[in-house]
Amino acid sequence: MSKARVLVGTRKGAFVLTSDGKRKQWDVSGPHFAGWEIYHVKGSPADPNRLYASQTSGWFGQLVQRSDDGGKTWAPMDNKFVYDGVPGTHQWYDGTAHPWEFKRVWHLEPSLTDPDTVYAGVEDAALFKTIDGGRSWSELSGLREHGSGPRWQPGAGGMCLHTILLDPSDPNRIFIAISAAGAFRTDDGGKSWRPINRGLISQYIPDPNADIGHCVHRIAMHPSRPGVLFMQKHWDVMRSDDAGDSWREVSGNLPTDFGFVIDVHAHEPETIYVVPIKSDSEHYPPDGKLRVYRSRSGGNEWEALTNGLPQQDCYVNVLRDAMAVDRLDKCGIYFGTTGGQVYASSDAGDSWAPIVRDLPAVLSVEVQTLS
Amino acid sequence: MIRVVLPPHLRTLALVDGEVTLDVRGVVSQRSVLDALESRYPMLQGTIRDHVTLRRRAFLRFFACQEDLSHEPPDSALPDAVARGEEPLLVIGAIAGG
Repeated sequence: MSKARVLVGTRKGAFVLTSDGKRKQWDVSGPHFAGWEIYHVKGSPADPNRLYASQTSGWFGQLVQRSDDGGKTWAPMDNKFVYDGVPGTHQWYDGTAHPWEFKRVWHLEPSLTDPDTVYAGVEDAALFKTIDGGRSWSELSGLREHGSGPRWQPGAGGMCLHTILLDPSDPNRIFIAISAAGAFRTDDGGKSWRPINRGLISQYIPDPNADIGHCVHRIAMHPSRPGVLFMQKHWDVMRSDDAGDSWREVSGNLPTDFGFVIDVHAHEPETIYVVPIKSDSEHYPPDGKLRVYRSRSGGNEWEALTNGLPQQDCYVNVLRDAMAVDRLDKCGIYFGTTGGQVYASSDAGDSWAPIVRDLPAVLSVEVQTLS
Repeated sequence: MIRVVLPPHLRTLALVDGEVTLDVRGVVSQRSVLDALESRYPMLQGTIRDHVTLRRRAFLRFFACQEDLSHEPPDSALPDAVARGEEPLLVIGAIAGG
């Protein structure tokens, strides 16, 4: 029988939530790495028992943990993220040149085919890779050394590389996104990169149509259609049908098009989910109502999903890596909040229930579908 | 033997209880003690001092013999009482959070 395993990163540790295919009763394991910020936990598609976790702390810096038994036990791996060569500068908040400095790993993306290969998106923005299961990391410096690097600048949360999408049909194609530089794509396995931000319009930068400088919050893809991308930008929900070469807005009838998460139904490539947030300075749902919005048409027409979600006095946020979908039938949708709830839907969003209500603030949610 | 007291999170990471004791050759300094510590407990590399610059992480302090030694040069000799093993070198996480 199939199972679901939800991997939750929080401000004070990691939690592993498991259930059978019905997804009604859940076992909760954790906190793992109690007291540490866990920015992201993700399992290898090639070996579901192989998990990687980004463990970080303002006091003690960055660690990467690895589990070979589905999260029961963990071991620290190499934590040396050193930029290639002299890393140069990017723009600081005040417009001055600021040296590239490693702060933390925001996102770990295991290879689709090799459990020992993992990509790490870090702050200050760069992409690292291990091919030995985390025993050593090396930078794919073609991204940071893209000519626009000195013009990149941090968003409010830091200059983080937070999204890594691997194209299942082309191992040389990778999409990444950086706050607040924008989205980039490589077609040669990470040697060279180009910005893919045409069509993004951001009124908060001097040239709203600039090739870089857009605050992309998250990009999602359905594995059966890797050329179709969906983006939650700082403001605006966007769609590309040409692998990022051009984007068009699909915010449609959303109550607000600010938000962080976006994801795609596991079996319906045109069904997408977002959680609208009131504004860039009011990081909570509009009207105190926590609503997931679903579009079955790839954008523009959206319906509010409220059954089981708090519809009054709710002022939590849902951060960019805190939504995931399983591959069961019906598709399960999961998201975590800064209030410590992890909500799950086992019917593609029609109804929701909290798996846990009182965790530390949730930073990330991933799910594994296990057979 | 040199005695080192780690903050709780690093004791958990290094899988140790209580004090750590280290054999340090030559001058007993912050650098030689941390070199010995990281050699014996590789998982602590990068957690007390930066991998590249080897600078102390900003929110950690080094105390010994009722003194804050955090701003001493890393190659300066630690107090004799530490070198003789009579007093521990304390690695302290800064109090933060309100």
